[in-house]
Amino acid sequence: MAVSPCLMDERSLMMDKGLQSEGNMIDVQQMIENNKKKKTFGERIEKIIPFFLLLCAAVSVLTTLGILFTLLRESIGFFSDVSIVNFYTGTNWSPWSGEYGVAPLIGGTLLVTLISTLVAVPLGLMAAIFLSEYANDKVRRVIKPILEVLAGIPTVVYGYFALTFITPMFQSIIPDLGIFNALSAGVVVGIMIIPMVASLSEDAMNSVPNALREGAYGLGATKLEVVFKVVLPAALSGIVASIVLAISRAIGETMIVTIAAGATPNLTFNPTESIQTMTAFIVQAATGDTTFGSTIYYSLYAVGMTLFVFTLVMNLIAQYISRKFREEY
Amino acid sequence: MSKVMEKKTNVRNEQTKKPEVKSEVNKEKASSIIEVNDLNLWYGSDQALYEVSMDIPQERVTAIIGPSGCGKSTFLKTLNRMVEMVPIVKTSGSIKYREQDIFSSKFKQEYLRTKVGMVFQKPNPFPKSIYDNVAYGPRIHGVKKKEILDQIVEKSLKGAAIWDELKDRLHENAYGLSGGQQQRVCIARALAVEPDVILMDEPTSALDPISTAKVEELVQELKEKYSIVIVTHNMQQAARISDKTAFFLNGELIEYADTDNLFQNPQDKRTEDYITGRFG
Repeated sequence: MAVSPCLMDERSLMMDKGLQSEGNMIDVQQMIENNKKKKTFGERIEKIIPFFLLLCAAVSVLTTLGILFTLLRESIGFFSDVSIVNFYTGTNWSPWSGEYGVAPLIGGTLLVTLISTLVAVPLGLMAAIFLSEYANDKVRRVIKPILEVLAGIPTVVYGYFALTFITPMFQSIIPDLGIFNALSAGVVVGIMIIPMVASLSEDAMNSVPNALREGAYGLGATKLEVVFKVVLPAALSGIVASIVLAISRAIGETMIVTIAAGATPNLTFNPTESIQTMTAFIVQAATGDTTFGSTIYYSLYAVGMTLFVFTLVMNLIAQYISRKFREEY
Repeated sequence: MSKVMEKKTNVRNEQTKKPEVKSEVNKEKASSIIEVNDLNLWYGSDQALYEVSMDIPQERVTAIIGPSGCGKSTFLKTLNRMVEMVPIVKTSGSIKYREQDIFSSKFKQEYLRTKVGMVFQKPNPFPKSIYDNVAYGPRIHGVKKKEILDQIVEKSLKGAAIWDELKDRLHENAYGLSGGQQQRVCIARALAVEPDVILMDEPTSALDPISTAKVEELVQELKEKYSIVIVTHNMQQAARISDKTAFFLNGELIEYADTDNLFQNPQDKRTEDYITGRFG
């Protein structure tokens, strides 16, 4: 490119200015020096801010510790009334007549969790595979937000959806299905956690580099072979983590099971029967006329403690699995 | 299926045992394995290739050179229809692989890619063991027996001149290897399905000089059995390793000739300008 004489002039002018301002350079340095002295307030802020941020981060840690402390203290109070062995080995839960065997509540929770997992994992994974590997941008941009709306629906709405829509629908297929049953509750909890499985798994699959897919296509793989033999294995840690997180969400789910699964502590694996989960019992005890300081009141904490251990274990499993199965790419 | 594979393996072994016979055959067939006629290609409304016609010779190294964005990679990816992974691609003209039209609906893309393998610019091993990487292709095409897979893996890694380095580490993750080793594992992975043609898209551009030298040496060995098309922006590399060279510019094939001729006696002014470093 030829430099026009006009440009040349401008350039030389600028050069001249530069030369002239060399004398002023000292002033800039001077200004920096001056500002440095003024900066003491700013420096103090710089030092305070990290401490403040640490406090914010500490809130969640302290809350967890506080909850754990309360649970432990009240549980210990409960276990001085009822033996811990009876609590975990007994198979009859009727606190109003003094029977504190927690097995039916754990059984209820596991049953609902199992049903919801059977619903959410296949549906969520298929949805994730479709969104990540098959859907074009347009379709994905419509479906993904809708899927995430599903996660934003209040659980009480899901509860009544289970009770007034799903249960009658199932009753037309299974005539002797009770109004309150583990099946409808489990299915709806499953629907509720689909977005969690789908969205997190889709993220995991999406972050598998395209170079890997190309490598497989280059060897003559079909789309299905690429999805199941390259993308899924590479995204496995993320997928498993999403499933475990969704399961721990199902374990802790309260409102749907309180409304739709009934309030019958019942050690059964028949999903058509009415059951009670750990969370549903806590709601029942907290909203009923349980007197403060009674054994029933304390039993609430023992059940809460058990629930806490369950979700904690699930989270530890999720962490372990995502570390173990990580296929680095 | 596995029996067929076994037979094929044996045939290949016999071939390697009698190299003299093989080279005689080589002289006979300097015929072309891929014939491209009037190929046009569009990305949406942007035309990327204009009326490209060229024949790829069998068991030779064909280099494709040209400045960035000249369509050389696009052309390469058209040869095994990988270019169609971009949904807006349209093509016209014909490409024939061993006399068969690769765009015909009877000719399956997946089948084409088992015949026309590919090695990519950046090494892209799967996040699996070295063994599983090489065995991936045979496995998806139905080879399940461990003994046969073992044989294929060994032969492919030997073919890619990396067996001695890796034979004790077959079950380590391929991601633990150096870039040059990864690329040679990718070449072994491509060899494992026993293609006729291997497309290489700037296979050494992400490698250090020593690994590059090894890959170049390997290309020389591979042309005994395979037809190789290599895209490179390194003209010295093209001059060193190829038998024929094609020069692309702005989506057109400007000149296509024996490598020595093209570099010493270019017919087109633009080719001359490019290889003498006046642009590009």
